Amino acid sequence: MDARSAQALIRFGLGRRGDDPTPADPLGWLDAQLDGLDPALDVPAASCADALLLVREDRRNPLPDGEPKRAHQLWLTDSAAMMRGVLDSASPFRERLVWFWANHFAISLRKGELRAVAVAYVREAIRPHVAGRFVDMLKAVVRHPAMLWYLDNQDSIGPDSPAGLRTHRGLNENLARECLELHTLGADSGYTQQDVTEFARLLTGWWFDPNAASPGFAFAVQRHQPGGKTLLGLSFPPGEEGGLGALTWLGNHPTTFRHIAAKLVRHFVADEPAPADIDRIVGVLRETEGDLGAAARALARLPSAWQPLAKLRAPSDYAVAVVRALALAEGNRPDMMGLMNQLGQPFMAPPLPNGWADTASVWADGELLLRRADWALAVTARAPGADPVEVARSSLGDLLSPATLSAVQHAASRREGLALLLASPEFQRR
Amino acid sequence: MTRMLLTRRAALLGLASAVTFGRASLALGAATTDRRFVVVILRGAMDGLAAVVPYGDPDLAAWRAPLLPPAPDQSGGLLDLGGFFGLHPALPGLHGLYAQGDMLAVHAVAGSDRSRSHFKAQDALEFGTAQPITSGWLNRVAGLLPGHARGEAALAVAAVTPLLLRGPTPVGSWLPPFAQHPAPDFYAQLAAMHMGDPTTGPAIAIGLRERGFTQAVLAGMAQPPNRMAFPALCAAAGRLLAAEDGPRLAALEAEGWDTHAHQAPRLTAALKSLDDGLVALKAGLGEAWRQTAVLVVTEFGRTVRVNGSGGTDHGTGTAAFVLGGGVAGGRVAGDWPGLSQARLFENRDLQPTADVRSVAKGVLAQHLGLDAAALETVFPGGSPAPPMRGLLRA
Repeated sequence: MDARSAQALIRFGLGRRGDDPTPADPLGWLDAQLDGLDPALDVPAASCADALLLVREDRRNPLPDGEPKRAHQLWLTDSAAMMRGVLDSASPFRERLVWFWANHFAISLRKGELRAVAVAYVREAIRPHVAGRFVDMLKAVVRHPAMLWYLDNQDSIGPDSPAGLRTHRGLNENLARECLELHTLGADSGYTQQDVTEFARLLTGWWFDPNAASPGFAFAVQRHQPGGKTLLGLSFPPGEEGGLGALTWLGNHPTTFRHIAAKLVRHFVADEPAPADIDRIVGVLRETEGDLGAAARALARLPSAWQPLAKLRAPSDYAVAVVRALALAEGNRPDMMGLMNQLGQPFMAPPLPNGWADTASVWADGELLLRRADWALAVTARAPGADPVEVARSSLGDLLSPATLSAVQHAASRREGLALLLASPEFQRR
Repeated sequence: MTRMLLTRRAALLGLASAVTFGRASLALGAATTDRRFVVVILRGAMDGLAAVVPYGDPDLAAWRAPLLPPAPDQSGGLLDLGGFFGLHPALPGLHGLYAQGDMLAVHAVAGSDRSRSHFKAQDALEFGTAQPITSGWLNRVAGLLPGHARGEAALAVAAVTPLLLRGPTPVGSWLPPFAQHPAPDFYAQLAAMHMGDPTTGPAIAIGLRERGFTQAVLAGMAQPPNRMAFPALCAAAGRLLAAEDGPRLAALEAEGWDTHAHQAPRLTAALKSLDDGLVALKAGLGEAWRQTAVLVVTEFGRTVRVNGSGGTDHGTGTAAFVLGGGVAGGRVAGDWPGLSQARLFENRDLQPTADVRSVAKGVLAQHLGLDAAALETVFPGGSPAPPMRGLLRA
């Protein structure tokens, strides 16, 4: 496998799966994955409304003690299917983009009941827009029950709204603040506390009624702060359209484009993105009104994206790459959720709304890297017949270093050779 | 299943082994104390007379001659603590902390239970009451921590959450994943492979060192460490506690103290492990050591007389340790009752002169700022054990 194909499979993908055919035209292979609908949407899974009905049913008619809740059973089924989709994905670039955006718009399963809606969140708010417009993803995210729940907009009530006057409850700024700081403009981009408060007022009434026949996003006028609002000097009308107007404006803002361009380049190219690379992606986003598919194609065309691999794989990427490299079949795979916990990156459970870090300074931790090595040795038991040198050549191709090849060839056993390959410096890179 | 609190820094350090789902993470910023408090339980009854030896007591030699290390001025002798007491020679780390003023021993303490039963006495030590109740006292402290997101405040670094930390306030627990290490040779090859890598090379070198894989171990010249051993758990506890938004309370336990026979070598091993562990805890805490107090307690002491098999049997009074950056150390606190036969408790044990709860309450009051009402919540019915004063620097 030549270096360019390996780069496409590793930097932009999830690592080669066994000895799958390698892309003859790496750029064309990447581009093609952005066409059409996400194939993962063909896998059946419960909708957010179905999931919320189960949460409600669990509360109203609890199952006997010791029996897992209905919502938890749903999570087990749907998350396992989703994980199979990742491990078997034939459009890994698109899958990487899905997880990039799901992390940009992070929810965290540390809020336990969110598990019920986590798979639906990715399917409904993220997947349809990965090659579409940023502003559409932004609106889908902010209106999704998972995000309304995670960042507490459920609890935000206009103090002068009918509900606010009746209950004496008020604003919860969490979603508004994170939307400005994390999702759109970025920290230190010039907004003030007053802007956060105004944006929170704009988003009052955006919620889901857990008791609705089919729970989903709704605008509750009786919870909405009356009157116009001013965000960063712009006036927005009262009602749902005010919030939508603000999101439309934020989602097309040049500062937002610069924020997400820097994150994209950091994720796919380098921990310290070159200003010229960021400028290039910003330019594409501005020309295309935030077309994320166009931005992804432009990323793949940055000359720096074809330099030697420098990014350190995050723990979950590493785990996925190993399972793919060993071509472990369904039924012979490790428990990926438990594994991601142990490797330091529990699945969809970042500590804070800013999601998982994307730089080696965080993941190049001694204990974390040793856990990878420990697991690499353990997981080789699942691939007893694998020839370490063949796996080295198929997974890394021309990116395999002579030193690693030599260590693999001279290992005391096949198993140790395979583990050394999986623990090698180049296997940690993407 | 191991439950785990997952804080930002802990997660990033890869210290999570599993996740408990608590409240949303934004509350993390609300932690209002930087103070850390660690309790180490020495299960099996540490012989206080052998750990903190009253070598200046004129009656000691008559009881203890077969178990006494040489005097402080001799090779391999006691580590002097101011002319009357001396630390066991296997405690050089603690002695260093004493010299820095960061460690004090409290002598002649005991819990409230007099049954000389390990289990009853440990229960009393952990419940903090003479009779069993529904929670351990450190759990009650967790419930009082101001502003700390519940479920994130306390951590058990143990296979099973000790009684001390059980109760209504959720706590986390942590154990190393992959408790089985590969052979040192595999790590040696791993280190060699990464040596030239500027990102992973230094990290792996540090990781191996922290796990106790020294150059000698990697070269096959020394035994690899046991990940479940007390020093390894202490090192991890220190790192977890050091995190800005990490837990503030932790419980650890160390075993190997029930030295009925051949006490000298067995106690030396247990004390060395304790000493290594407390040094590792301090190293893991780093700068946070200055905000940390560590209380080391055991359920009771051992007989003053040596028994027929070179050991000691279940006794009463013993020693405790208080360590930390704010501790008024460099001394041995408590009232020494003496070892003359008339002074022994029931003609066999060191007479206790203070309740171990008094030591705990003294630390809680001064270090965590608990007032009288809060102390009564933590140790209900504890009025016979008033807080010991002056354990921390003002």
